[in-house]
Amino acid sequence: MTSIDIKADSVPAPRSGEERSGRLLDVKDLHVEFHTREGVVKAVNGVNYSVDAGETLAVLGESGSGKSVTAQAIMGILDMPPGKIPQGEILFRGQDMLKMSNEERRKIRGRKIAMIFQDALSSLNPVLSVGYQLGEMFRVHDGLSRKQAKAKAVELMERVKIPAAKERVNDYPHQFSGGMRQRIMIAMALALEPDLIIADEPTTALDVTVQAQVMDLLADLQREYNMGLILITHDLGVVADVADKIAVMYAGRIVETAPVHELYKRPAHPYTRGLLESIPRLDQKGQELYAIKGLPPNLLHIPSGCAFNPRCPKAQDICRTDVPALVPVTERDGAELPGRGSACHFWKETIHG
Amino acid sequence: MPDLTKTTATATDEQSVTPDAPVDAIASGPAPGKPRSLWNDAWRELRSNPLFVISAFLIVVLLVVAAFPGLFTDANPDSGDQVNHFLGKPELTHFFQADWFGYDRVGRSIYSRVVHGARNSILVGVGVTILVTLFGGLCGMLAGYFGGFWDSLISRLTDVFFGIPFLLGAMVVLNAFTDRTVWVVMGALAFLGWTQIARVMRGAVITTKHADYVVAARALGAGTKRILFRHILPNALAPVIVVATISLGTYIVAESTLSYLGLGLGDGAISWGGDISDATQDIRNNPHTLFFPAGMLSITVLAFIMMGDAVREALDPKLR
Repeated sequence: MTSIDIKADSVPAPRSGEERSGRLLDVKDLHVEFHTREGVVKAVNGVNYSVDAGETLAVLGESGSGKSVTAQAIMGILDMPPGKIPQGEILFRGQDMLKMSNEERRKIRGRKIAMIFQDALSSLNPVLSVGYQLGEMFRVHDGLSRKQAKAKAVELMERVKIPAAKERVNDYPHQFSGGMRQRIMIAMALALEPDLIIADEPTTALDVTVQAQVMDLLADLQREYNMGLILITHDLGVVADVADKIAVMYAGRIVETAPVHELYKRPAHPYTRGLLESIPRLDQKGQELYAIKGLPPNLLHIPSGCAFNPRCPKAQDICRTDVPALVPVTERDGAELPGRGSACHFWKETIHG
Repeated sequence: MPDLTKTTATATDEQSVTPDAPVDAIASGPAPGKPRSLWNDAWRELRSNPLFVISAFLIVVLLVVAAFPGLFTDANPDSGDQVNHFLGKPELTHFFQADWFGYDRVGRSIYSRVVHGARNSILVGVGVTILVTLFGGLCGMLAGYFGGFWDSLISRLTDVFFGIPFLLGAMVVLNAFTDRTVWVVMGALAFLGWTQIARVMRGAVITTKHADYVVAARALGAGTKRILFRHILPNALAPVIVVATISLGTYIVAESTLSYLGLGLGDGAISWGGDISDATQDIRNNPHTLFFPAGMLSITVLAFIMMGDAVREALDPKLR
């Protein structure tokens, strides 16, 4: 399989020397399965992606496409058992995290790689004040005292633009609004200035106006710290403004990768095309909205061949027998399109046809 | 990026649990009063609950009686004057006097015996509860959190204990001891009672350990010990506290029952159960010898069970 690398056009100067630049994370041929009573659920089937410092990778896909499971595997928070990683590598700065001890991985979590969760209300402990929970980051990882940690917590809350941070530091999560809670989650993830942040649908639980604010904040902070960001989402609108490159997942595989704007302009996989066509558009007022017919596959029984074939308008016999590999996508004349790849037997027809 | 620090809010989002604010900036300013947490809320709820106020008052009085019986009576509970006081009737107007509740068949002041008996009853009740909560809670927590082998072991063990009738088991255990001190009785009751708390704790921990905030804590680098004691325990504690407070009363009853059956505290120890046992020999002519120790026992058990009930009401949001 091809690994796709794109440098963001304008990577800001690294904040603290070379430590903050270069390849941060490399996921290679990752497989994750869950052993359940009904059988083996193959949630992730050979995912490859990479993130550089200062770069934003958006992982796009429906529920059950394996995008969150991949993230959990990277963080090392999969429940094992029933989860299992039969093969693959997760290289963080060149080191395979799957081979590390639990203690080594724990030290990476929070300090080097942090995660932002979807539902901030349930992701914050209801019986502890937000100040305590923010301060916990410094107390666990840096061994600060209670008082120092609280001062740092106020600082963090100010950095994520929570008004009256000093007065609110002792408040409990349920006393904050949805957007403010997500800011606190972001502050927690940012606390130790990690190299990489994984945001698992950070705005899904928020209403639209707040979504934009939170995404802007996240993008600002990412630029400021030159962090790598993996943005997991099913919202094409969120992705367009923030991401540098996109990986589209379907049934545990990456079906297309591309720099963000090229993907919107010329999708090279029928699934991506279907997703884009199902966005409501003003110029199609009054017409019926397109929808990809069918349902996402049952991961216990992934269709043979291309997993998308039962729903694909272009499916041929070969799609039902051969699993398409992620191949580089080129222009009609063979000119290379850097960073583009598609796992479709008919990618040429899809992008050029 | 809009300037979020510029707020025009008048309302705080103190009550909002859903993200219902149209613009995020409404969430501003300090919430009035103290920060609200589960425990703060519970405390506020408790203070305004008459059931709690009454039971707390009774418990405080009982604890003081148990700790300093000398404050309440000078009469010696262990020796009586059979010649002058043989089964003397109570003088209900002689408050806090030796003859307030009358005398028993050995001429001992019943008031004094009731006061001095409080210590053993309450000691056993509180002691067993503490032992059971610590040991059962720890076992339940480990079983719930780690699962697998430890869970199977502890769960099967609790199943075994579940099949043993509490009192019968305690009788069998205590029968093996000739010198039954408070500690022996406590140990026997705790030995048979810890599984109840272990079950409750195990269930609560299993519910809590899959909560998003526990996963989030793990994702941000918290270790097992911190996750268990900082993030899971405070959230799993409420049902355990409820069960513990309510069962405290039942442990006191169990101790009295055992004493009544002659298998409780050894000779010489003053206990309500023992006194009730002695009194039954002649209740028709001298009901007062039974009435006062039995009354004290009832009040004590009632106080703890009322307390447990109030705590349950305050901690269980579904009842609000």
